[in-house]
Amino acid sequence: MVEPREASGLPITCRGCEVARDGVRLVSAVDLTIERGTFTTILGPNGAGKSTLLRLLHGLVAPSSGTLRWGGSERRPRGQAMVFQHAVLLRRSAAANVRYALALAGVRGAPADARIDDALAEVGLRSIGNRSARFLSGGERQRLAIARAWALRPEVLFLDEPTASLDPKATRAVEDIVRVIHERGTTIVMTTHNLAQARRLAQDVVYLQEGRMIEQSPAREFFVSPRTPEAAAFMEGERL
Amino acid sequence: MDPFSESLTLATGLVAHLDPNLVSIVSLSLRVSVTATLIAAVIGLPLGAAIAVGRFKGRRVLTVFVNSMMGLPPVVLGLVVYLMLSRAGPLGRFGILFTPEAMIVAQALLIIPIIAALSRQIMADAWSEYREQLVSLGAGTLSAALTLIWDTRFSLITVLLAGFGRAIAEVGAVMIVGGNINGVTRVMTTTIALETSKGDLPLALALGLVLIAIVLVVNAAAQYVRGWARVRYG
Repeated sequence: MVEPREASGLPITCRGCEVARDGVRLVSAVDLTIERGTFTTILGPNGAGKSTLLRLLHGLVAPSSGTLRWGGSERRPRGQAMVFQHAVLLRRSAAANVRYALALAGVRGAPADARIDDALAEVGLRSIGNRSARFLSGGERQRLAIARAWALRPEVLFLDEPTASLDPKATRAVEDIVRVIHERGTTIVMTTHNLAQARRLAQDVVYLQEGRMIEQSPAREFFVSPRTPEAAAFMEGERL
Repeated sequence: MDPFSESLTLATGLVAHLDPNLVSIVSLSLRVSVTATLIAAVIGLPLGAAIAVGRFKGRRVLTVFVNSMMGLPPVVLGLVVYLMLSRAGPLGRFGILFTPEAMIVAQALLIIPIIAALSRQIMADAWSEYREQLVSLGAGTLSAALTLIWDTRFSLITVLLAGFGRAIAEVGAVMIVGGNINGVTRVMTTTIALETSKGDLPLALALGLVLIAIVLVVNAAAQYVRGWARVRYG
């Protein structure tokens, strides 16, 4: 299980949250709770506001209105990590990318070495730890981004469509890694527009459409009988 | 033999035999311009990073100011530095007017805006790519700025070399604050100007050849570094 390093940032609660930029509402009517140990998938068609909602929950964007709390606090906790749709890797080796993240978190020396080794092994990149991160394939880059996040031992891991540009084999590899991370106790919040992927991974589903949160349901219920006609239409393939 | 060919032959001889006067002038030029570039780098790179990453009041005004200063005429800068360093000026007590140190100050001031503005552009581009990831990882402003400087270091080396090229090729400012004193503040560009006016073309041409060679080597080095970095780090 993950040992939180400081006051827990869970549950994440969002009440009436809205994100607007230049007078345009990007996300609105968000009421949700992310509980410890859950695997939540934010689902919705392209342009629904999934990435914005994920950034909101991670604290990268502030709500224009409403209240957002991490474990009761309004201050964004440190025990979170995020993997972006297009992995942003520094111009240095794969191992050095992980080391950089650990250094920012205050982990250095032998403990950092051990975590780097573990994290790279976990995602199958130990043998190419010295290779420049910029020369890795798309799948390898995404796995390295996950390793970098995982090395931080986050309480919550946010993933923004981590397999959107990957082939089926690389997609499955990333899904397996994410599943293992979740099984070890990390709370996962992931966006996807891929219904099959959401079915494979999710415990809870948050459905968004045109910037509005439509429903939050257990995955088992959502995929059998969605509560809203919008979600049902999405499931029927009418909104993709 | 026509005058140009004759001068060129004599100039080539001066370079080939490492004429002591020529070597002394080239050495001083390199010392002044390398030092000025290092000082400008220490000030210009953090300034560029601060403008690229920071979100402070007056940032836009500072950006416009730095960009505008890139086009500052060297003679105007030389005049300002002269007034500052002259005996009656606010920095006159240092007594460095008509010394290589005054030339270093003038050249550094001349290229700080160039290094700051070009590095700002490079780091702003990188920042737009890295910003969310670095914030997500918990990097503060200083840490993010240092990361950008390190990650764009090969592009920034090109910026520094561009600054050095501007400094060593400059004549107006160093002429004013250095005084072009023989054996003390006479550098390549000021010597070329003086010797040409005196009609001593071989020394002027020899220095011109050396100056062109330095600029070529600097540019070749910049290209090599960037190519090597692309292959090594992507």
